[in-house]
Amino acid sequence: MKILVCISKTPDTIAKIAFTDAAKKFDEAGVQWIINPYDEWYALVRAIELKEKDPSIIIHLLTVGLADAEPIIRKALALGGDEAIRINADSSDSYYVAAQIAAVASSEKYDLIFTGKETIDYNGASVGGMLAALLDAPYLSLVTSFFIDGGTSTITREIEGGEEVITLNSTVVVSCQKGVAEQRIPNMRGIMAARTKPLKVLEPFAADTLTSIESFELPAPKAGVKLVSADNVEELVKLLHEEAKAI
Amino acid sequence: MVLVYIDHQDNQIKKSTLEAISYGAAVAAQLGTEVHGLLLGTLTEDISALGKYNLKNIYQISDASLSNFDAQVFVKTIATAATKVSATTLVFSHNQTGKALCAGVSALLKAGLVTGAIALPNTSAGFVVKKSVFSGKAFANVSISTAVKIIAISPNSYKVVGGASTAAITTPLDIAVTAGHVKITAVNKTSGEVSLTEADIVVSGGRGLKGPENWGILLDLAKELGAATACSRPVGDAHWRPHHEHVGQTGVQVAPNLYIAIGISGAIQHLAGVNRSKTIVVINKDPEAPFFKAADYGIVGDAFEVVPKLTEAIKKMKASA
Repeated sequence: MKILVCISKTPDTIAKIAFTDAAKKFDEAGVQWIINPYDEWYALVRAIELKEKDPSIIIHLLTVGLADAEPIIRKALALGGDEAIRINADSSDSYYVAAQIAAVASSEKYDLIFTGKETIDYNGASVGGMLAALLDAPYLSLVTSFFIDGGTSTITREIEGGEEVITLNSTVVVSCQKGVAEQRIPNMRGIMAARTKPLKVLEPFAADTLTSIESFELPAPKAGVKLVSADNVEELVKLLHEEAKAI
Repeated sequence: MVLVYIDHQDNQIKKSTLEAISYGAAVAAQLGTEVHGLLLGTLTEDISALGKYNLKNIYQISDASLSNFDAQVFVKTIATAATKVSATTLVFSHNQTGKALCAGVSALLKAGLVTGAIALPNTSAGFVVKKSVFSGKAFANVSISTAVKIIAISPNSYKVVGGASTAAITTPLDIAVTAGHVKITAVNKTSGEVSLTEADIVVSGGRGLKGPENWGILLDLAKELGAATACSRPVGDAHWRPHHEHVGQTGVQVAPNLYIAIGISGAIQHLAGVNRSKTIVVINKDPEAPFFKAADYGIVGDAFEVVPKLTEAIKKMKASA
């Protein structure tokens, strides 16, 4: 069995969000980069857990990104996985990224493709769904647990007001979120092993971009907190009712 | 033509879909075109009542196999339908169903997609949609360059506009539905809970509540307000509350009318998930808690004393109203 895990590079969750170039570009000054948490904590770790149970499983990691994504894909290899592919292209349009991954996936014939449910920078939540459509494969969004036995996958996904359990016997694209696995810390052995694992760099496949970011904005700052005494909660209720019209 | 996907569950159409219809109607008015609905499957609720939200016609594909939700099958059916009726703009709610569908439809139609939209498009030059990025810490204005465009509107971001007096008519669409692979074996609904992403009011608890056994005061307050309940990441990680209640950068992002944070210090990752809330109330015994800087109203005090008093005060206010 072959599993593909899609990896994206994102700013650290505590990175300062600021913009440059007339608010057209994210300000990367001083930003630490990490593996997108959904890709790492859930998608990648679950794939590694499956391989620990069945060592015959082959895991490929794939990222669409320029040379600055290299440390991220190496870090992912330190957690686990057999080899990595970096498609040497900018990753700002979801369709373009999905088309790159689809080009690799259609020749590699993966049994399972794992993605995170979204990246924490652009929050597109789109690449997995687009990839599934391009491959004409089933797509399971917002997945909270994944098991496989023989050729049958049993998957729990979040739906409006609850969850549903699904079984299927086919290649599937799974978008992972909390519940699928627990975060791991790479160990020294993994870090050493990652140095010698193959990392293939491919030039991008021809694909269109459908969207582009014109500009960014920061939210307007809050006016400041109105403090109410703990002995006078009635005052808070009055403010919420009359001033904020929130209750 | 603007085509709005009509999501339905358990024979009901939820608020997020009414928001999407209202949004679609406004987009159509802005573009000087018509708005239609697209419904897959059947429901017992009378859909002609959706005319109230300025929807005059609903295309319906009532193939029996559509009672089993399979995103792959739905995506193909929607894409075929959109082409058949010559839709130029598709609108989804970016709720759980929309998240399963809109990206696939975008890929099949090669139609540019903006997910998590929070405002009407700017069509003065091109087609630019504002969306939330960096998990709520910023916004991006995204330009769609393709002829067909898809917008997935974030729940709680656009007001439901009703009041029209016409009834919507239903036009059956004959589209061959392909077979899928997905078999649903169980559905577990969290009955009686208010949906977190759709809720008008969210009451959320953090480590300051000290343990799961203390959640009663928070649940009482939520019940009094008809609010959904949420929690911070440490609380979810410690399994004091279910995973799906975790609000923040790596959990659920919410934008309710009112967010009440109890015993949550307000780490930057948590703030990212809640800062599109219209009004934020923070109750924390630490006056230095960073959350106060992001709040509209605050009480510095012990949650175990303040919260029950607050519940009582709200009860009284409601009784006198």
